[in-house]
Amino acid sequence: MIAHLPILQVIIPLMAAPICLMLKRTQLVWLFSIIASGLAFAVSILLLQQVMASGVISYELGGWQAPWGIEYRIDKLNAFLLLIISGISTVVLFAAQTSLEKEIPKDKHIFFYVLYLLSLTGMLGIVATGDAFNVFVFLEISSLSAYALIGMGNKRQALWASYQYLIMGTIGATFILIGIGLMYQMTGTLNMHDLSQRLPEVEQSRTVLAAFAFVIVGVCLKLAMFPLHLWLPNAYTYAPSIVTAFFAATATKVAVYLLIRFTFSVFGFSFSFTHIPLQTIFMALGLVGIFVASTSAIYQNNVKQLFAYSSIAQIGYMIVGFSLSTVTGLTATLLHMFNHALMKGAIFLALAAVIYRVGNVELNNLRGLGRQMPLTMAAIVIGGLSLIGVPLTVGFVSKWYLLMALIEQGWWPIAVLILLGSMLAVIYVWRIVEVAYFKEPLNKNSTIKEAPMSFLIPIWVLVIANIYFGIDTRLSVGVAEAAAQSLFGVAL
Amino acid sequence: MLMDLFNHWVVITLMMSGLYIVIAQGNLIKKIVGLAVFQTSVFIFYISMAKVEGGTAPILADGITQYSNPLPHVLILTAIVVGIATTALGLSLVVRIKEAYGSIEEDEIQQQDNQALSESNLEKEA
Amino acid sequence: MNITLALMLQLTIVIPLLSTFAIVVTGKYPNLRESVTIASCLILIFLVVNLYQGVLAGESISVFWWELLPGLSISFDIEPLGMLFALIASFLWLVTTCYAIGYMRSHHEKNQTRFYACFAIAIGAVMGLAFSANLFTLFIFYEVLTLSTYPLVTHAGTEKAKKGGRTYLGILLTTSIVFFLLAIVITWFVAGTLDFTPGGIFTDDVDKVLTGMLLVLFIFGIGKAAIMPFHRWLPAAMVAPTPVSSLLHAVAVVKAGVFTVLKVCVFIFGLDLLAVLPTTQFLLYLAGASVLLASIIAMRQDNLKARLAYSTISQLGYVTIGALLATSSGVIGSSMHIAMHAFGKITLFFCAGAILVTLHKSKISDMRGIGLKMPITMGAFFIASLSIIGVPPTGGTWSKWYLMMGTIETEQFVLMVILMLSSLLNIAYLLPISFHAFFPKLSRFNASASSTKSLENRLPIFDIKEAPLPSLIAIVVTTLGCLTLFVYPQPLFELASAVLTGRE
Repeated sequence: MIAHLPILQVIIPLMAAPICLMLKRTQLVWLFSIIASGLAFAVSILLLQQVMASGVISYELGGWQAPWGIEYRIDKLNAFLLLIISGISTVVLFAAQTSLEKEIPKDKHIFFYVLYLLSLTGMLGIVATGDAFNVFVFLEISSLSAYALIGMGNKRQALWASYQYLIMGTIGATFILIGIGLMYQMTGTLNMHDLSQRLPEVEQSRTVLAAFAFVIVGVCLKLAMFPLHLWLPNAYTYAPSIVTAFFAATATKVAVYLLIRFTFSVFGFSFSFTHIPLQTIFMALGLVGIFVASTSAIYQNNVKQLFAYSSIAQIGYMIVGFSLSTVTGLTATLLHMFNHALMKGAIFLALAAVIYRVGNVELNNLRGLGRQMPLTMAAIVIGGLSLIGVPLTVGFVSKWYLLMALIEQGWWPIAVLILLGSMLAVIYVWRIVEVAYFKEPLNKNSTIKEAPMSFLIPIWVLVIANIYFGIDTRLSVGVAEAAAQSLFGVAL
Repeated sequence: MLMDLFNHWVVITLMMSGLYIVIAQGNLIKKIVGLAVFQTSVFIFYISMAKVEGGTAPILADGITQYSNPLPHVLILTAIVVGIATTALGLSLVVRIKEAYGSIEEDEIQQQDNQALSESNLEKEA
Repeated sequence: MNITLALMLQLTIVIPLLSTFAIVVTGKYPNLRESVTIASCLILIFLVVNLYQGVLAGESISVFWWELLPGLSISFDIEPLGMLFALIASFLWLVTTCYAIGYMRSHHEKNQTRFYACFAIAIGAVMGLAFSANLFTLFIFYEVLTLSTYPLVTHAGTEKAKKGGRTYLGILLTTSIVFFLLAIVITWFVAGTLDFTPGGIFTDDVDKVLTGMLLVLFIFGIGKAAIMPFHRWLPAAMVAPTPVSSLLHAVAVVKAGVFTVLKVCVFIFGLDLLAVLPTTQFLLYLAGASVLLASIIAMRQDNLKARLAYSTISQLGYVTIGALLATSSGVIGSSMHIAMHAFGKITLFFCAGAILVTLHKSKISDMRGIGLKMPITMGAFFIASLSIIGVPPTGGTWSKWYLMMGTIETEQFVLMVILMLSSLLNIAYLLPISFHAFFPKLSRFNASASSTKSLENRLPIFDIKEAPLPSLIAIVVTTLGCLTLFVYPQPLFELASAVLTGRE
């Protein structure tokens, strides 16, 4: 059983999805999905333990040997990611049942869970697999279910957002496919580990360069890296709230993972950062992304959209850390992936609760909610403080590492810019605080109550995680650092 | 020289026309068609790549020593399935969009959305 | 002994936080809630006094809580300066609570539970800040203090309060995150440690230009010290209810700022390094300018609280100057000034609040003759003014004396002149208030006989209408404090001079 963990990680949600269709009763399907996702989470914990204790796990699918058969290769980096994805997915699912009541017609609930589990499968698969073509397949599994999930939103804009995402996402995925094809053409292998050993022999060729470019651009589209982010705000805004919470916390992380995996493991550190001015480009785009997206966030009136823009800005931070191409920088990026998942998970779930009670999240309708839904709003405030990077929250930990990484390289001005960027976060978070706590409710007699327990429990699990991992950083920093070091071990 | 990479030229032509359609066309169905052309170009790229000069179909038989590479074909079978799924999903979205907006022209949909947005803003001010 | 003291040290931080919960729980019963507050004040004072005795007995008390990031821990350590700050803050918390009960009740403020709860958190943060053993711990409590006082500043919930809160938070968070945090990260990177060490943590061969820049970052980053041009938050915070202004913006928050400046100067840079840094001189003049300009602006304020706020900015400049002079008398003067100014300014704010509550006046121009109605309050105001100005028989004399000594020792004559000028300005903007209050007839603004007469009619001499009793007690206590500190400054002086020599 233990030996089969890597494949179980993916197969559990994959098998659970069609079973959902047979269960027929919504309540049952919901419980079943939680169990499936919870099992995946348990598997990911076991995997992480195993990897931290005894190093890389290689699993040969169907017993076919590695470079020919499909290999699932779990190292510290993807074990960490698997933990984030399955963990967030499980927590978010707890609130799904209640949230869906208000947002999706009753007869579609079962389909929702099917798609949700498929999407989870896709993400876990992308991360777990060690085969480049497999990445594409899982990417499409997760994306196709994502398009459908977003299209389930109750406003007609959801359809349009989903369509736009479909176009952009498909172009991105196809780009990755082209890149993989070119790599295969040059090396005759699809196994990532194998690729990383064979690519250096042919790294001078233009084909490899083209492959690299296609893969990076494709991944950046998925990543919603500025300026390829245009699909993201609408998709997050109009998707059902549960979907937003799940995707905001996980989907972009998977794309960042791909970026790291391809540049560091597959193409190799020296190729990625010496042949092309990747560092400069990414640093610049990351910074511009932080500022442009944060500024746009300030001007949004729909709070979901506001935080969607904030997500793009946060991706900017990850990109800046990544572009430093040092151990500390990469640690900062990995940490921020973990931490950002916690913050955004908490915030978007809380917003889901607001939608459940109020009906929408226009800034104006949040008036006076600080009194009416104190626990929910407190969660948003703590999540917001974490976004700003206040000490004792997770946001501070990753910001600290990012600053360290920048100063290590002597890039003071950029450190200042990063800090200024977080001041923009203060502004957009505080707009919400002021409306929620200082304005009288729109309708004096409104009887908006605190969100039900099914919301509050998962929300506060995430909020407490935000604080807990801001204080006890052994797990997050330990794993992130080990993962970053091992990546450089591979690269150097 | 040019003909050496004949297959590449086909691929590139298809790819660019596909992308161009996606970007330039305002009609949602045409965009999907463009996307399909774009994807198909990649399929052709994979399939043509697998051809080994003088090789036959990869079927084990006496007297044949040189085969074309079957792996890309298999891969592309998967990719074709994915492509069909994407097209189907895209088209069904277009149907739903048509129901919701009464149009499948990009600019008209944008216009309707913007209008709705500015109206809700006006309400707020009032 | 050591273990119990260590426990007490932790309790000083935990007790206020626990009392926050108790306050929230008992929020529906005002009497119970306020008893809880007072009880925790008393416990806190008991703890702090015990710790003080421990420090006097030469005990070294330190606690290690948690390693947040490798090498960066939350830990606490008592040294004389922190002890001094904790003593003042805990004592004045009790007094202010007493005052606040009277003030809040007669002013019928809303959300009193939130008020007391946030107050308790803020005090907990101040205790943590005072006892922190490294810059990292200090930074954490610094931010906690900022955030916990935000709801206090915006207590009224009006548009104006919101705007004030925005400025408050905006400036404090911006400076602390953009400059202070950056400075901390750089320090950590250069020195490899953030522990407060007597004599500083930088090695001799460190780049002077870099550390000079660091000093600038620190001084700008510690926005709570209200050095111009980052002083705007303090007048903005005056929208808060008066007990908040008095404790937080005369004692806890601003003193946390200058306390941090002192800590950084003495224990991060060390006086020797500080004296040779190229930017010290620049910062000294900046602080000097801040002292002078704030005094001048204070003169032009008609709102009493605003005038006091600018006066605070100016007085904070004194402390910063003392720290930057990098001599022992400068540091002693600064440390003492933290205490002296705290007592003086809190009294002034108490009086301002008392006037607002009983007579509903906040403008200085309306305050002519009120000394006849509120003799005790205005008497206290007069004594406290003397302490701020720095003349006997009040405590302010001593700290100003040492600060002057510091400027002379380092031959900073320009600064000496500035300090003296500013004292003169203090006289000009503080004394007339009590003067006009007691002698409305002599007031030159009030020369016309008719208006004097009408004023007299409205304010019969014997119609005494003093502040609510709890508030009055608080005022008297702090005023006596000002006077006692003149007669008996010995313990304070010992603590202040122990700052440099280390533990006795």
